[in-house]
Formats: sequence, structure tokens, C-alpha cells
Amino acid sequence: MSLAFRHAIVVGASSGIGAEIARQLAADGCAVALLGRRAEELERIRAEIAGRGRGSAIAAVHDVTRYDTVPALLDRLIKELGGLDLLVYAAGIMHKPAESEYDFARDRAEIEVNLLGAIAWTTPVAAMFEARRTGTILGLSSIAGERGRRTFPAYSTSKAGLTTWLEALRNRVARHGVNVVTVKPGFVDTAMTASLEQKPMVIPVQKAASLILAAARRGGSPSAFIPWTWWLVAMMLRHMPSRIFRRLDI
Amino acid sequence: MESSPLRTHAAWRVLDGFGGSVRSLSRSVSPATVDEMAAVFAAARAEGLKVSFRGAGRSYGDASLNTGGLAVDGRAMRRILSFDREHGVIEAEGGASIAEVWRHTLPQGWWPAVVPGTMFPTLAGSVSMNIHGKNCFKVGPLGDHVLELDLLTAAGERLTLSRERDAELFRSVIAGLGLLGAVTRVKMQLKHVDSGRMRVRPLVAKSLAHMFDTFVERIPDSDYLVGWVDCFATGPVLGRGLVHQAHQLSIAEDPKGAETLALAKQDLPGSIMGVPKSLLWMFMKPFANDTGTRWVNSVKYALPEQVGKDGTYLDSHAGFAFLLDYVPNWRLMYGDAGFIQVQLFVPDANAREAFAEALRLCQRRGVISYLGVFKRHRPDDYLLSHGLDGWSLALDFKVPHEPKRLWDTAADLTRLVLEAGGTYYPAKDQVVDADSFGRAFGDRLVRFRDLKRRLDPDGLFANDQARRLGIV
Repeated sequence: MSLAFRHAIVVGASSGIGAEIARQLAADGCAVALLGRRAEELERIRAEIAGRGRGSAIAAVHDVTRYDTVPALLDRLIKELGGLDLLVYAAGIMHKPAESEYDFARDRAEIEVNLLGAIAWTTPVAAMFEARRTGTILGLSSIAGERGRRTFPAYSTSKAGLTTWLEALRNRVARHGVNVVTVKPGFVDTAMTASLEQKPMVIPVQKAASLILAAARRGGSPSAFIPWTWWLVAMMLRHMPSRIFRRLDI
Repeated sequence: MESSPLRTHAAWRVLDGFGGSVRSLSRSVSPATVDEMAAVFAAARAEGLKVSFRGAGRSYGDASLNTGGLAVDGRAMRRILSFDREHGVIEAEGGASIAEVWRHTLPQGWWPAVVPGTMFPTLAGSVSMNIHGKNCFKVGPLGDHVLELDLLTAAGERLTLSRERDAELFRSVIAGLGLLGAVTRVKMQLKHVDSGRMRVRPLVAKSLAHMFDTFVERIPDSDYLVGWVDCFATGPVLGRGLVHQAHQLSIAEDPKGAETLALAKQDLPGSIMGVPKSLLWMFMKPFANDTGTRWVNSVKYALPEQVGKDGTYLDSHAGFAFLLDYVPNWRLMYGDAGFIQVQLFVPDANAREAFAEALRLCQRRGVISYLGVFKRHRPDDYLLSHGLDGWSLALDFKVPHEPKRLWDTAADLTRLVLEAGGTYYPAKDQVVDADSFGRAFGDRLVRFRDLKRRLDPDGLFANDQARRLGIV
């Protein structure tokens, strides 16, 4: 099975993997709504897509923590796109606290953007897709969600939560023909990871986006590591005793 | 409620019809009091949301669906308010179910005068559809037993209606499809029963004509009569089936009757042929196709039922009435695309010919009903009621993955009913078009619309079915 997406909303499209997914969807002829906080970045990507002459894009400035604005914005975008068959939730922020730094405000922001924003968007879309018995929801989780990491406590928590949320959603709607895809990239060469010192097995963003879209197009509601080799790492991490895991600088 | 706008805070809910063949997305709230419900109406109006009512979701089609609107779930308002055990008068909130009513009253010797084939519909839903039972020929529809009801209007006004107080509105709210307001309270007359059991006589009908004749012959001495039709039978045995006649037992006929009024004596069997009821639909699914049902029907027709020397057996009220509740989730046997029911209501003079033509038409098209149910009706005076001096034939059809042939057949049946001077029953309907509905109800629909404009000038109350039928 290979799904062709014709109308997509990409939440978190102003940079990184989200922006690249939007570009590649448009290149395949999809009408894409680009959502993000930064108007200039969105406009740059929108213009780039428009300039290529294949696919089309509209842009909307949106803060995913303004949960109340989601239903109306979703309605508007579906009208403007002429439909919806794919929702990509790619919004994410990451903060690495300093050793012995404990900061609720920043932790909360990560949970709100990475997890609650995803719940706010996937809820009405899953309901709509269930009613129509078709559609794909693609969530960008992370290998980081496999364990509680001392270096990225809130980020790994938010991604673990997102992975579980998407699994729950998948188990709710799979019987109605709706495809929920969880992707867990390892290190991808984006602005988010620019400050990290160690980035083992890093891949370019173009490669990550194309692997992610390939997983989504396969259908069958997969949960996929990007690239798949991270599955081996995840297996090791999952089975590593905490006493050892906590000594690692990851 | 006021501080949380419905469009941003109300839950999303995918609602389907009982047939499982239509579904839609709406927002949903479940007010617990009349005041809360009034606040919901005000909020919905302010936000430009249309309001529909959802009870137990037992209407087969799109009657409780409201795409893009607000479905008000009435099930939180389900209290039994009073029960006069001397006169058999019960008052309950609209969200109370038929089951909740009879379980409350039967031990005291009172049974609802009218029950449908399932005990789960709410009173508000049953009143709004003016449901009927297997005794319709004798006691009429539910509306005939409603003494009084409360209506909450779009403007938040609380009206108490009866045959004495605003009779016109009373007769319009009954069978009013929930389009005039919320039925928040129902007061109704129950019927006295001496025994929890009835004497049931199964009769074989060798053809459709024989089915009609059996009914005509048996009606004078029956409390309940229902026919099952094998829709696969052709030629001289077209419309063959079984008739079940039930007779309520007096204390003289059943001296120990009082003991059987206990709820424990009314429980439907927990398993059928050793299979737990909850799993039974899975065993039925392999037969939900033409070959399987043809075979099942032949066996059902030919297999004699277990009866005594006098050709009868005893059954509880619940056991006889709620055939649809014997197998939980039986609708799932029809698969992902669900099923629809087309119930043909045709006047007495034309019914024999029309039903025979309906069965032949289905067979010609290769779209054959897996369940046919036959009943006698009588006329009533509710504005949008389906009641008539005639007969009904309810046909259940599995919705195939390529459904065009089914929709074409359903359209033919809709036309056939109209040409036979018949009418439509929204509780079952999912296929009738606005033109046919308008022609069937004629001036009554015009009067209903006038009334609705007066009572609900902004058109707050609507649902997918009312839009399809051109009522709103």
C-alpha cells in the first residue's frame, strides 16, 4: 500500500524536519498548510514552494500552546486546502538544562509544545478521520522518549508521552481505517541539534524527512525509527539497567 | 458552561446511527439539569451551532446526527420522578430509558403500554419518534399514552403540554423529531398486568396473503401480533413467514402470575445454545450473506418451535417484546458498512399489492432483506407521525462495500410507498429524499414548519435527517 497525500497540515513547519516534510509533500503535488510561530520563516518556505510550481502552500502563524484556537484554525485550513488527509505534528522544542539546574517554567514549555500541543491538534483530527474512516496522523516523537534521560529530562518525558499518546490514538482509530504513524528519529542535522556536541549516526534533514514520509505512506499505522538502525540502539537502551544508564552522558 | 465556549471546549464525538452505516462528527455536551440545558441552548445560539438531541442512539439512520453542530446528549437527565402505583402513572426525565421505566414498575404490576423491539431508547427519543410496538393495531403509538410532557424551547421557555394544555403543540412535539425543543419530562399511563408472562402462539404463514389473512383473523383476540417474513421465498410462497400472537394473562389464567412480575423472571437468557450472548454476533456474522441467510431462514421457517399441546408457550413480557436485545451488538454481524432498515408503511387498501411488489422488486435487483418484520397499525393525530390505517413491512439490508445497487433499490422502495399512498417513519429512515417526504406529509409538513418557525425562529434545532428530509 502506498498512500498519496493530497491535502496536509504540517504543524511546526517553520524550520527543521517539519519544514522539510512540507517541502517534500509539496514536491509530490500536495497542498500543504504550513503552521509555525515565525511568520517570516513560514513565508520564506511558502514562497519557495510556490516558486517551484509543484504543489501549493498556505501559511498560518500559530502558537501550539494556544489550544483554544485549534478548532477554528483547523476548520479554516481545511476549507482553504479543500480537504485534509494528512496531519503532521512536528512542533517541538528542546532544552538541555545545566547540571544541577531545575527549571519548571522551561520544562512546562516543553511539555506544552511537544505533548499538549500534539494532543490539542490530533484530537479533533482523529475524531474527524474516524467519522470519515480515512486519514493519516503523523507524529514526530524521538528516540529520546525511550528512556528518562538525565541530560534532557523534560524533552524525553514529553516524547515518551507523545509516543504513548500516539499509540493510544492508533489503538483507538485503527479499527476505523485511520492511519496513525509514530516516527522516532535519532539525530538529525537541524537547528535544534546544532548546539549538541555529540551527534552519533546523524543524518541530513532531507534524508530524515523522506524516510519519515515513506513510513507514513506505507500505511498500516507503523511506529518507525528513523533510520531503522536506531531500533537496535533503542533495544539496548531499553534493556540497560538504570544503574548503568544513569552513568552515561546521554 | 457559559465561561467555556462550546466550539473550543465541548468534546468531539463521532456519532453513528444504530444501523452503523452513517456517522458524523459533532460536538457533544451532556447537561444534567433543565437549567444547564437552557444554558447550552443559549451558548449554542451565540456561537452559531445547530443543536440536535441524542438519547440512546437507537434511531437506525441519521436522526440524532448533527454534522458540525452540537449533539446534546440527554442521558444525564434520566431520573424517575414519581410513580403512582395505584393508577399506573409514571413521570420521568426525558433521558430515562424504556428499560429504566419497566424495571421500576413491573414488580408493582405495571408495564409500558407501548414498547419497541428494544428496551434501550430514551423516553424523549421515543416520544419524539412516536414509537410503536407489536400492539400498535390495538393501543396505537406511544403518544396515545403520554399524559403530559415538558418542553424546553429554543428561547429557554419551559412549557407543560398535554391534550388539555396547548393540544396542538402537544400533538406536534410527539413525533416532532426533537425539532421543537427538548422533551425534558414525560408523564405517561402504563397498563396493568396481572402476570409477568404472556401466552404466545406461533403460527405459520405460507405466503404473504396468508400472513395478512392470519393477522386479520387473529387481531380480535390478540394483545400483540408480529410477523417475520422470509424475504428469500419466491413464487407461490412469496412472503412466507411466521406470526407470533401473544395474549396477556389474567389472574384467572395464571394464578401464580404475581410471582413472575419479579425482575429476575424477566431477564433475557444469558446464553443461547451454549454461546454467551455477548459473543453470539460473531457466530452470526458468517451467515450475514445471501447464502447464509437463505439457509437460516429456511431452517427457521421449517423448524417447529417448542410448544405445548395447545400449540402455545409462555414467555415473559421482556422476552417477547425485546427481540432486538437478545443478542447484544448483533448489528456488528453486518460488518463495517453496517445495515439500513427500510420500513414501508402502506394503507390497508394497497398494502397486499405493495408489499408483494416490494419483495419481488428486491429479488429482481438481487438486494434481499435479511430480516423482514410485518405489523398492523392504526391512524393517530400527531402532526408528523407515521401512524396510518394500514400495515408496515420493515426490511433490514446489509450495506455492501459497493452500495449503489442498495441505494437504487431503497429509492425504488421509497417511490413505491409514495405511489401506494403510504408514509415514512424517521426513526428507521436513512434513505428517503426531501421531495418524497414532502409529498407524503403534504400539508402536515407545512403546518409543522410554521409551528417550528414560531417556536424556534432562529432554527436552532436541526439534525442531519431533518436537513435531508427538507424539514428544516
